Amino acid sequence: MSTPRKAVALISGGLDSMLAAKTLLAQGIHVEGINFFTGFCVEGHTHAIRKKDQEKPKRNNALWVAEQIGIKLHIVDVVDEYKDVLLNPKHGYGSNMNPCLDCKGFMVKKAYEWMLAHSFDFIITGEVIGQRPMSQRKDTMPVVARESGALDRLLRPLCAKLLPPTLPEREGWVDRERLHDFSGRTRKPQMALAAQFGITEYSQPAGGCCFLTDVSYSKKLVDLWTGRGTREYDFDDLMLLKVGRHLRPRPHFKLIVGREEGENRFMEGYRHQFMHFQTVSCPGPLVLADGGALSDDDVLLAAGLVARFSQGRDAAQVDVQVTDTLGVSRTLTVTPRPAEQIPAEWYV
Amino acid sequence: MSHHQLDARRILCPMPVIRTQNKVQGLAAGDTLEVICTDPGALHDIPAWCRIHGHHVLESRQQGHEWIITVQVGASAN
Repeated sequence: MSTPRKAVALISGGLDSMLAAKTLLAQGIHVEGINFFTGFCVEGHTHAIRKKDQEKPKRNNALWVAEQIGIKLHIVDVVDEYKDVLLNPKHGYGSNMNPCLDCKGFMVKKAYEWMLAHSFDFIITGEVIGQRPMSQRKDTMPVVARESGALDRLLRPLCAKLLPPTLPEREGWVDRERLHDFSGRTRKPQMALAAQFGITEYSQPAGGCCFLTDVSYSKKLVDLWTGRGTREYDFDDLMLLKVGRHLRPRPHFKLIVGREEGENRFMEGYRHQFMHFQTVSCPGPLVLADGGALSDDDVLLAAGLVARFSQGRDAAQVDVQVTDTLGVSRTLTVTPRPAEQIPAEWYV
Repeated sequence: MSHHQLDARRILCPMPVIRTQNKVQGLAAGDTLEVICTDPGALHDIPAWCRIHGHHVLESRQQGHEWIITVQVGASAN
């Protein structure tokens, strides 16, 4: 008996990649999954922080899918490498800061590298022609195959019959007749195939699985770059964009205001990196100041805002402790800033 | 067989899983790894990752706001 051919499947945690992998498993192909963590993945993060999200399932859908269909899953940290994709997308952005086509090409390229390093034979994805306006069109399919370097070792089982035969099909590793011809935005063929496989539970992310498709997150990211005068970012920046209320009262600094206990606790891990504020005369949020050097006026302005977001918002005065990055603290007594003196445009 | 520790505090899923995965790659079957996390999501994700890859979760316990998950590397590691 010959050794089965081996495919690495890009597993997002959604239904399409699950079905693509399952289609190949049904043909006796050895499939292992790969999932890339860009830092912008919606999976888990804010659910884990915010109390209001605590009742949502905390599972990682890619891991869950892998377990359901019985394959190994390798999760790869690509946060640093992904910067170039986000900052210099050859094919531009979607409606927000989402560089979808470049992102797909990047992920397939990384999967291709993994395939070569682990002696696998080909790559599969859950792409469907016409499913996504930017990255899953008939004319972008060859772009991803070419720019990733995977060429005809990239197989899309869900729409393979609408595309030229790939190497696994031509070589007979995979039976093209048992692949699919799905196209368009309808989910009916996928749901029918899921039923055929006996798959009854799957995740259906409404806005995709990437924060970069989110208007609010994209605005915060652009604000971060504008405030710093450079499009640089690090992993901590990405994490902090996901938590708290963000206000930019002055161009050179913004405040990140914890909205609840879970966020405050999470932000505590960042206290040594930022000047931070906390009310001492009444309960209030932890507030981080992100930006350049704050003048005394800036600190007073920030303290008034911190008091405003505390339980002492209606008090005549509130004591606010300010601690710099060296850990030196002082206490200011301030008047909470009235709501009408917080312009809407300060909210990022 | 040796015992190891991994500090995965103040990072959010899937990072604790990625760190666990990378650490386990350098361990031998039977070795144990104690992963200290602050993201409760790790309580679900690390055991799921272990089941997929043939490792065993020996213990999960909470200590204040931290969770400690002890993993034993399986025979067919990695």
